[in-house]
Order: sequence, then structure tokens, then C-alpha cells
Amino acid sequence: MKTLLSANEAVARGAWEAGVVVASAYPGTPSTEILESFARYPGVYAEWATNEKVAMDVAIGAAYAGRRALTCMKHVGLNVAADALFYASMTGLEAGLVIVSADDPEMHSSQNEQDNRRYAKFARLPCLEPSDSQEAKELVGVALEISERFDTPVLLRLTTRLSHTDTLVELGERVERPPTVEKYPRNPAKYVMVPGNARKRHPIIEERVRRLAEFAETFPYNRIEWGDRSLGIVTCGVATQYAREVFPQASVLRLGMTYPLPRRLVQDFAAQVERLIVLEELDPFLEEEIRLLGVEVYSGPQGYQGGKSIFPACGELDPGVVREAAIGAGLLPPAAAPPVLQPETGELPARPPVLCPGCPHRPVFVELRRSKLPIQGDIGCYTLGLLPPLSSIHSCGCMGAGIGVAHGADVAGDGERHVAVIGDSTFFHTGMPALLNVVYNRGKTVTVIMDNRTTAMTGHQDNPATGRTLQGQETVQIEFEPLVRALGVEEVHVVDAYDIQAVREALQACLAHDGPSVLITRRECALLPEVRRQWLPLRVELEKCNGCWACIRTGCPALFKSQEVYEKTGRQKVEIDPLLCTGCEVCAQLCPTEAILFRAQIEAEVSDA
Amino acid sequence: MREINFLLAGVGGQGTILASDVLAQVGVRVGYEAKKAEVHGMAQRGGSVVSHVRWGEKVYSPLTAKGEVDILVAFEKLEALRTVEFLRPGGTVLVNDQAIIPITVTSGGAEYPDDERIRAVLAQVTDDVRWVDGIAIAGELGNARVANVVLLGALSALLDVPESIWLEVIEQRVPARTVDLNRQAFHRGRQAVTR
Ligand SMILES: Cc1ncc(C[n+]2csc(CCOP(=O)(O)OP(=O)(O)O)c2C)c(N)n1
Repeated sequence: MKTLLSANEAVARGAWEAGVVVASAYPGTPSTEILESFARYPGVYAEWATNEKVAMDVAIGAAYAGRRALTCMKHVGLNVAADALFYASMTGLEAGLVIVSADDPEMHSSQNEQDNRRYAKFARLPCLEPSDSQEAKELVGVALEISERFDTPVLLRLTTRLSHTDTLVELGERVERPPTVEKYPRNPAKYVMVPGNARKRHPIIEERVRRLAEFAETFPYNRIEWGDRSLGIVTCGVATQYAREVFPQASVLRLGMTYPLPRRLVQDFAAQVERLIVLEELDPFLEEEIRLLGVEVYSGPQGYQGGKSIFPACGELDPGVVREAAIGAGLLPPAAAPPVLQPETGELPARPPVLCPGCPHRPVFVELRRSKLPIQGDIGCYTLGLLPPLSSIHSCGCMGAGIGVAHGADVAGDGERHVAVIGDSTFFHTGMPALLNVVYNRGKTVTVIMDNRTTAMTGHQDNPATGRTLQGQETVQIEFEPLVRALGVEEVHVVDAYDIQAVREALQACLAHDGPSVLITRRECALLPEVRRQWLPLRVELEKCNGCWACIRTGCPALFKSQEVYEKTGRQKVEIDPLLCTGCEVCAQLCPTEAILFRAQIEAEVSDA
Repeated sequence: MREINFLLAGVGGQGTILASDVLAQVGVRVGYEAKKAEVHGMAQRGGSVVSHVRWGEKVYSPLTAKGEVDILVAFEKLEALRTVEFLRPGGTVLVNDQAIIPITVTSGGAEYPDDERIRAVLAQVTDDVRWVDGIAIAGELGNARVANVVLLGALSALLDVPESIWLEVIEQRVPARTVDLNRQAFHRGRQAVTR
């Protein structure tokens, strides 16, 4: 029976069927659902690690111990885990290890669009790329076999479009695999990478790449689909689908393994077509490798200009983009594009993502905005504090960066006080060493830990602050106050994020302190199921509203400007959308005319009635 | 079998993901190869969202190119304008008569287009525009959140698929205690649109 699965779900299924025993990951769009889905299968161990580096070490440890293992991350997560990636390439392992990197062309939810196939070449690992969910499932099993046969970790690269597209998959059954070793190996020559041992390993790794390239020549997922020989397309990943859609007649060499390349297969294919083009997303990775093989790649009428030929290197491809580029390069007639009517829409208001109604980050940003200080942000829902009207994030680079950047600006001595904001999951991920650095080096950065008791941005995964594991089992619940005190911070304040006055006073106390300080703003994410049950929409008493818009300046999407105006100023009054309001009372606290009713007032009305 | 490309456009939180799941599954049940593509993450925090669903004997690309969508289902009026260029000239637009005011209008200087402008823009691409008051119907049923299933009901009236298949797929996909409500929502939507 065939089932619709995303490539993420298919990878989880493939790992389970192929006997993976241990999986460790840190959430990150578009990779998150792989582990969530894997954890639901029987007979496996799966955990949320505190960051990608830890996750990869865990998976490596399991593979050293002779059990098939999996780790998954978004593309930038592999930067965090890169140190581990490189030693694992050097040591090899005892049982199969698959590293899934989910790249994000178009940056649907990321800070860059790095092409992680380059890591495969960099670390001397094979890279496999599926073109749909069925292949994603199969390639996990194949990757594990390659991993064991060649004694190497294998990189399985997905992209957002695959990760979040459902296509049909044939399900199979799990094949249990006994551990490949009886006892944990005591083999320092292979596993202790001191220089003397590492020098002996390096030639083995280089030889491994040569053997893998030979293997790639007959690897069944590298295959030619012959069509008309006037055009030959080398392609991989989701671009394979666009090749088939836009050039139904052409001959196609689809590569399921994109590093190392099968030299003879590519050369033979090139020799049998009139023109060879490469269709790939992001970097000209295949194109460069193919040029290195001495094969001519067609680049359009102007000839090769360096960089990437014909198709854009930035952003995601789709059939429209591919067709347009092909028409531009003279590969297709202009009539190949369907007629598109671009109506005169005029300027349409943008609809950016926003902090949700009831978000506990909002009141903290209201106070940070009041301080007018430079605020170094970090990655999570709270990054949205950058948008007007809150406009209170002045940098955001990667996870864990904010505290270090604030400290750097502080020690640079520009005379301003510097503030960093960071979420609970991000603090565990890479915030802790940065805060310790502030303390150790006698910095004065104010660190605001926005503790909403969940990893909200990526869909509410558990973390050490939630007291639950990935499987929902109870575990220790880490509190931030003792944690940051143990890191050496003496000035620590813990407040309810919804209490604007308390946030303001604690922030002032931190700024008055001549040393490192931490403000922990606590309040559960408004979307958590327990919190949803307590939602209670508030109301504006319109006769009291004077249209000052103090509430509107919180940027809460539940507030809207009414048709009714305040006569003295002619400004619109404000109303609350009962379908969106959660009853957080932040706007009510800010209202100077007490026009917005608090929960207690609404509840009293209900019980009176 | 005729290939059909759908685009579902709306605002994060409106239930477009459930609707596109159902639509893809219905396609499979009728014997098509179906693919469904959507974007999670940032887009869900109240931002614009789109899902592509394609039914065909053989489907390659999960994404439909501009000018090749047969049926655009807009869960929100402004999002209909934002995505209408995907529509094949003369294709069908199903619009939910609901406005969700973006923050750029509430606290910025942007202006939300009025109904007259919305109608005029859509008319530039097609004559076949069907309006459904999904939110009002859902409200009458006592739960605004089933507006997405009202829209599925409306969409079903435009397609040659037995009603029982839709209902079976919906029932598998929604929480058990809301099955009756969702059935009603589907029926009301189906009646709200005529072929
Ligand atoms: C290296 C890396 N890994 C993962 C992610 C994906 N990601 C974005 S934000 C985030 C965590 C946010 O959680 P938290 O810090 O608790 O803030 P919240 O969203 O709850 O406000 C994650 C995992 C990323 N951007 N970079």
C-alpha cells in the first residue's frame, strides 16, 4: 500500500525499517519532523539533544558502539556540528551512521541558504540526495549500507521543498539488526585522533573517496533516462522533478549520489548528447565537479562567465524559474512559457509573520523599546521583536550569538549599555558559554532570558526547561535562576513577563548594576495546550477609549482600529477581535483611560449574568 | 483523467494545512498521483501561507508554475489578490469572504483593498469567481475554526468526486469529537456553491 508522506516522515520510516536504534537531533526547520516522526516507532531510542554538536556526538557514540544511528538538523545546524562531522569522517565507525542535513533554499525560515553538499566534499563523505519521499525512504537504508561498507558517515541532504512535500511511498517492514560489535571497541589507532594516529588515518580517508567514486559508477540511484539526445541534463534532488516537467523530451542523468561523482558515467553521458547542462538548486556544486572532470557544460549564448550557468544560484527553483532561465539561454522557445496574466493589483499590504496574540515576548519588547538601548537578538520567536511597531532587535546572526555580540560591543567601550535577549532553548543551545564568558571577563551586558517554557519557533519541542523528554516522559526541569547563579551572575531578577511594571523595574535594576546581570522573564507560550484552555478574550469599552493607540503600539494582532472615532481628535478608537485575543492583559495595563477590561472584570460580568 | 492543479492561499492559523492534506488524500483515493507542498516555520506566525496540491496521472514538480493553477482557493481576500497571478487565465477562484487585517495596516500606513477593488482585480484574470462566506457559516455552526472545512465543501462542489470519499478522508483527519461538526461544515460549504 502506498501512503502520502513528506520526505521528513519518509526518512524516519526508512531509518526505522533499516534498523536504526539511536537517533539524536536538535529541532530546526525544515528538519524537525524527522525526529518527531521517528520517535513514534516502536523499539527505538530518540532524544532531543541540547544542540546539533551534542546530537551528532551522541549518534557517533551509538555507531561506535555498533548500533545503526541517525542525526538530523537544519543546514546551519551542521555548522554547529561541523567539528564532530570532521572527526567522525576520520575515525569511521562500527555501524551505519546517517547525518541528515535539511537545507533551506529561499530561506523560508533561515538566515542564509548555504549549500551543504560542500560539507560532503570538505569532510570527504558521500552525499546522497533524494528527489521525492520514496527515494528519501530508500536512500536512508542505502546510506547505512554504504556507511558500513566504506566505514564512513554518510550525508543525506534534503531541502525544504522535499522535507515539506507529501508524495506517495511504499511502506516496508523493519529489519532488526544485531549490534555489529559484541563489546565497545578498544581501538585507539582508529578512534583516538591524536596527531600520530590521525596522520595514519588521512590517507585511508583519501583512498575511501576514490573507492566511493568507483562505486558511484554503478550505483543504481545514479542513472540515465534516455530521451532526445540534443539536450542532456545532469540533475539531482528536487531539481530532477523540474527537469522532467520542463524538458519532458530531454535525456537526463539523475544523480542520487552527488559526491563523489562517477567520472566515467558523466563523461559517457556528455559524449552522447549534443549539449550538456546542469540543473541544480543553489551552488554550482555539480557544475564545478563536472567541469573538473574536463567535461564541457553549456552556459548559454554568452559562454561560460564563471560561477553558475543558466539557472539562478540564489533562491529556490520551481518550474516557472527553470523555464524562464531556459528560454533566456535559448534552450526553449519563448512560447514554452504559459500565458500569465499579471493583473494590476496596486500596492498590496504585506503580511509578515508577527508575535502571536498573548505572546509573552511582547511586553518585554515594549519595555526594551522604552529603554532605547541597542538590543542584540538571537534566534527564536522573539526575533520578531525586530518588526515595527516594537522595532527592538538590532542584530540577529545565528543561535547563541546575541550575548557574545552584546559583550563585544560593551567591551569595545562605546559608552552605551548593551542588552542581549535569548530564548530558553537557545540559552541551552549556545547561550550558556557566552554568558559564562561575560561573567568571567567582568562584562556588564544585561542578558534577558525570555523563558516561555518551550521551543516555540520550531513547533513547541520539549527542552530541559519543560521537564519532559521527546517522548513526553518526566525528567528534571531546569530552572534558570540557579543555573545563571552557578555561572557566576549575582544580579538576577525573575519576573512574570505579563507584568509590565515588574519587567520595567527589573530592567532598571539590571541597568543600575555595574556588572553582569540577568533578567528572566517567565511566562508560558500562549499557544501551549494548557494555556489555550485559559484564554479569555478582553473587551474595549468604546465610550472610554480616546484613540491614543498606546495598545496598538504593542503590535498585537488581536487589536484593530474601529469605525468609531474619538470626537475631540478625530482618531479611530480601538477594538479587540474576540477570536484572536487570549486575555494576556498587556494592552489593558498600558491603557491610560482604563477602557480595556481586565480578566477579572470580564469574569465578574459572566458570573453576574 | 484530467490533471488538476490547486493553490490554497491564506493566513497562518486558518487551517490551510489541514485542508491541503485532505485535498491531496482525496486525490490519491480517486486514483491520481497526488503531491502536496507547503512551507512551515516562520510563515505560520500569522504570515501569508500557500500550499500547492497537484492531481495527475503522473506528477513531477510539487510546485505549480505561475499561470498553471486551475483552482485557486483563497481563505482570505487579500491573499486572493496576492496569489491570483498563479491562476490559469479563465481558471476558477474560490474566495472566502473574510478579511484578516495585517499588522502593516493596523499599525503601519498600508491600506486594505476594498471589495470593489478585489473584484476588479480578480476579474482581470477570470470570470469564474465564487464567493463563500465560510466564516459566517462556521459561526452559525458555533465554531469559527471549521471555516476551512466549509471551504473544502465548497471546493468539492466544483469537482467530480463522490461526496463519501471527501467525508471519509475528513473524518480520518479531524479529532473524533468534532466529526459531526466537520460533516455539517462540509455540507454547508457544498451547498453554498453551485457549479
Ligand atoms: C543552529 C540552529 N539550529 C536550529 C535552528 C532552528 N531554530 C530557530 S529558533 C529555535 C529555538 C527557539 O526556541 P527558544 O530559544 O526557546 O525561543 P522561542 O521560539 O520559544 O521564543 C530553533 C531551534 C537554528 N535557527 N539554528
